Amino acid sequence: MKPAAFSYHAPETIAEAVAILAEVAPEDGRVLAGGQSLVPTMAFRLARPAHLVDINGVEGLDRLVLDGDELSIGACVRHAAFHRPVVEGCLGPLLSSVARHIGHYPIRQRGTFCGSLAQADPASEWCLAAVTLGATMTAMSVRGSRQIRARDFFEGIMTTALADDELLTEARLAIPPSDTRFGFAEFNRVAGGFAIAMVLAAFRLEDGVITEPRLGVGGVEERPRRIAEAEAALEGRAPGAEAFRAAADAAAGAVDPMEDINTSAGYRRDLVATLAFRALEQAGRALEQAGA
Amino acid sequence: MAADKTAYLGRSVQRLEDPPLVTGQARFAADINFPNQLHMRMVRSSYAHGEIVSIDTSEAQAMPGVVAIWTAIDIADIGPVDFRADRAAEALKPYRQPVLAKGRVRYVGDPVAAVFAEDPYLAEDAAEAVVIEIEELPVIVSADDPPGEFAAGHGTEAAVMHHGYGDIDAAFANADTVIELDLRTGRHSGVPMETRGAIGRYDAANDILELHGAAKVPHRNQETLVKMLGRDASRMHLHECHVGGGFGIRGELYPEDILVLLAAMRLGRPVKWIEDRQEHLMCANQGREQHHLARVAVDAEGRILGIDDEFFHDQGAYIRTHGSNVANRTMCTITGPYRVPAFRAVCHFRLTNKTPCATYRAPGRYESTFVRERLIDAIAPELGIDPIEVRKRNLIAAAEMPYTIAFDEPHVSDMVLDSGDYAGLLDKAVAAFGWQALKVELARRRADGELVGAGIGMFIEEGGRGPTDGARIAVDINGEVEVITGGASLGQGFETAMAQICAEALGVDYRRVRVIHGHTDLIPYGIGAHATRATVMTGSAVDVAAKMVREIAIDAAAEMLQTPADGLDINDGTVARRNDPAGPAVTLGEIARRLAPDAAKPGQGDPGLAAEGFFTTTDTVFPYGVHLAVVRIDRGTGAVAVERFMVAYDVGRAVNPMMIEGQLVGGCIQGLGGALYEEFVYDEEGQPMAVTLADYLVPTLREAPDIEVLITEDAPSPLNPLGLKSAGEGGINGVGAAIAGAIGEAIGDPGAVRRLPLTPARVMDLLRRADAGSS
Ligand SMILES: Cc1cc2nc3c(=O)[nH]c(=O)nc-3n(C[C@H](O)[C@H](O)[C@H](O)COP(=O)(O)OP(=O)(O)OC[C@H]3O[C@@H](n4cnc5c(N)ncnc54)[C@H](O)[C@@H]3O)c2cc1C
Repeated sequence: MKPAAFSYHAPETIAEAVAILAEVAPEDGRVLAGGQSLVPTMAFRLARPAHLVDINGVEGLDRLVLDGDELSIGACVRHAAFHRPVVEGCLGPLLSSVARHIGHYPIRQRGTFCGSLAQADPASEWCLAAVTLGATMTAMSVRGSRQIRARDFFEGIMTTALADDELLTEARLAIPPSDTRFGFAEFNRVAGGFAIAMVLAAFRLEDGVITEPRLGVGGVEERPRRIAEAEAALEGRAPGAEAFRAAADAAAGAVDPMEDINTSAGYRRDLVATLAFRALEQAGRALEQAGA
Repeated sequence: MAADKTAYLGRSVQRLEDPPLVTGQARFAADINFPNQLHMRMVRSSYAHGEIVSIDTSEAQAMPGVVAIWTAIDIADIGPVDFRADRAAEALKPYRQPVLAKGRVRYVGDPVAAVFAEDPYLAEDAAEAVVIEIEELPVIVSADDPPGEFAAGHGTEAAVMHHGYGDIDAAFANADTVIELDLRTGRHSGVPMETRGAIGRYDAANDILELHGAAKVPHRNQETLVKMLGRDASRMHLHECHVGGGFGIRGELYPEDILVLLAAMRLGRPVKWIEDRQEHLMCANQGREQHHLARVAVDAEGRILGIDDEFFHDQGAYIRTHGSNVANRTMCTITGPYRVPAFRAVCHFRLTNKTPCATYRAPGRYESTFVRERLIDAIAPELGIDPIEVRKRNLIAAAEMPYTIAFDEPHVSDMVLDSGDYAGLLDKAVAAFGWQALKVELARRRADGELVGAGIGMFIEEGGRGPTDGARIAVDINGEVEVITGGASLGQGFETAMAQICAEALGVDYRRVRVIHGHTDLIPYGIGAHATRATVMTGSAVDVAAKMVREIAIDAAAEMLQTPADGLDINDGTVARRNDPAGPAVTLGEIARRLAPDAAKPGQGDPGLAAEGFFTTTDTVFPYGVHLAVVRIDRGTGAVAVERFMVAYDVGRAVNPMMIEGQLVGGCIQGLGGALYEEFVYDEEGQPMAVTLADYLVPTLREAPDIEVLITEDAPSPLNPLGLKSAGEGGINGVGAAIAGAIGEAIGDPGAVRRLPLTPARVMDLLRRADAGSS
């Protein structure tokens, strides 16, 4: 469990970082953010980058700010930054409750929001949040900067639209309308474990019926995704067990779950039905609490 | 007794060993370093079974910092890792593990080569560059599979073992009801915080070979090593440091221990090896995997007439230091605390292409208790009798003690249950748990749609196996007491327990007693810490030796104080008249000074305030326990939450109740691991699927309920002076059984659970089956 030899670079500015990346990317040079995914993989020698570009000392990457109607999350913002609500309104508490499901406390002190997106683990909470809430990613390289929408960003298990020489400098989350209701449900077997399945649900109410429903499923397929069939089952219906059940069943029917030796596709499908219902119920309860 | 401030036995005093552990001063194997040391890295098989065609070390050998690379040829003079002396069974010898694979590899992780390099990184780099060509052979991944060939002339069924007594055929012929179950326990093991570690050092100036990082049984391992390496015992020493958990698996001899020793001698430099977590989960002993086809015959009142059990024991790729001990203990304890007039067990002891197995906390007993209690739970609904009542009708009565179970097989020794009031403990446990009211409440909750249930597991434990242990006690001129033992500490509080026993017998403050253990050069014998025998055996020896020192002190004080010896007593290290404690007195330090060699007078006898005492026994002690569990199942996920768990345990005599509680609670949570979370899963190619802690799920604090503990001292052992039994394994033994029963009740089908662990996916399957059955 000792990594193979590598060269270590510690740039101080974004320009410097992308310049080094451009140079070392062909030799599997990689960005080192919190290291909570990369370092264990190197210890197992499943990854053996010849160069590490440590961005922890790069100026300005730890910014977490409200920028217009978007929350801008810099590349070095840690999971722990979200332990308490980072913005007023409904988004802050949602991100807090999601963050608590990521690994253990020490991992959340180092691991980063953007690192999770770049890692693109199918069971990453932030990837699910990015897809469900519609995040936009900013990628920089010596060739310039570009914006990538979440639905184009995740390509498969641990693969993203980022090029090898691109640095993800920030992720931007749109601030949802303040009357948006959220629910999040995850299943794992022991504290700190990766999700076997999880569901993030959101909707608003107009004239007593559901509008703008979003239902994202993570940890089940190769990448997180919103389930149109479930959203359709919610749109225009009164919130309640009946609509939630219908949407949960639709979600379970629509997913094509991964399988492994411990977890059958059928079991993951059962979990989607359960968790979708629970996430929606939670969103419904948030509604009652808000007195709507 | 607790009211007497000078009494130490039976009090929950603070642990002596804690200060270094909680202040970061402890030294574990990885903290041991010697100048000029080399680092060893193993090259392991990535196939479960195959013929080694070639091993090419040339590229690795040429890498910077690489000092040597060994394969089997380089250590052809060394035999396989031997069984411990008391376990030698000729027929099993062909199945021992070679130090480095010879010709064949038999599990993923099997050591094929060892790299010795200047630092651990270089060693790992070079290990990767060793090229092993392996021609794959068919793998056997289950003991249920038909046996194959292990080696020419030796099948993978190493033995078929029989235990039995009474007329089993008649028992089943005369039965009112026969219940037959197909039951499985999953493969799991101890996962100590500290992985294994071994540092070999050869002291050429004195011709002494040292193994640092020893644990559990230093003296027993010294014996084996002396045999394997052809050295004199006085020139082969083992040293224990702090040990971050043992659980039966840490401290056994493994190939890596032999390699660091050989390399230290042959390469002339100290050699250090620290196991990584992945290696630990692939290579350290595993356990528990058995498949039982068990039957019980009962009469119309639910009285057991006979138990008949045929089972398949998955031993993994080799037979390690314990021989067939786990299978033997399984067979001996299937009948447990019950009166079983006729019994037959047949064990198919089989090798597979998985990590080798050996003893893990409550070896064979976690398994046998699961099987037995499943049978008992099945009797209850079949005959319409309450599960507690079925147990009571069958428990061996206190009046029947000592109760001998004699097996027909001449080589199987009798089990003599020394003392116990099993029904008494069951009554106390059920009352303390509020069982009757609880059952009503659970029935109400089930009627409301909740999936909740309660279960029970009863068992006997066995500990304190002899034959002999001893201890040396010396008091210095400051009155400080040193107790030298051949015991071992795995974190269980050995030092504190020994200090308490010594303090009580001698009459000193236990904090002035320093307890030494785990160094074979300080004392030539010692049983170590395994199979919960340390407190019983070493503790009894400490008691004997302390009483001898006490007598010497009192005799000397009698002369110094001009008072008859029988009028003197020792309190807090001071000898004074029993009827005048504030009067003339002399301290143990003063006595030690008086008896010091340089103060000795001719004719006075041997100098020194010191003694060596021994305790010998031919029998074992049998503590016993009851586990009670309440679970709640999440219908939507199959997850099982343990709402309550009680461990009720009769320990004979509690030396330190706080430490016993710690043992019981820790063991219980480990048991929950095996019942609900932990499983070494292998795919059909024999590839291990659980080689990180993300896949091998050890329960965390979030999963651990508060464990309720009821310690009783109703049945002290008549076999040793203090009445001691043992406490190391009573927390884990019955957990699988109790959880299985509780889950069965929760889903409305008491007999539903046939297999551990009960993962959420399996529980969902059970729920689906129960729903299909009821609709
Ligand atoms: C025991 C354990 C449990 C965990 N449990 C969870 C969990 O439940 N849920 C979860 O989501 N995660 C979990 N994680 C992973 C953790 O959240 C990581 O922090 C996260 O996946 C990656 O973030 P990081 O900052 O540590 O990235 P790193 O490990 O530093 O990098 C990960 C990858 O992303 C690349 N990368 C990182 N930042 C950038 C960037 N700005 N631009 C371009 N590429 C970049 C790196 O080159 C690397 O390939 C767990 C980790 C551990 C060790």
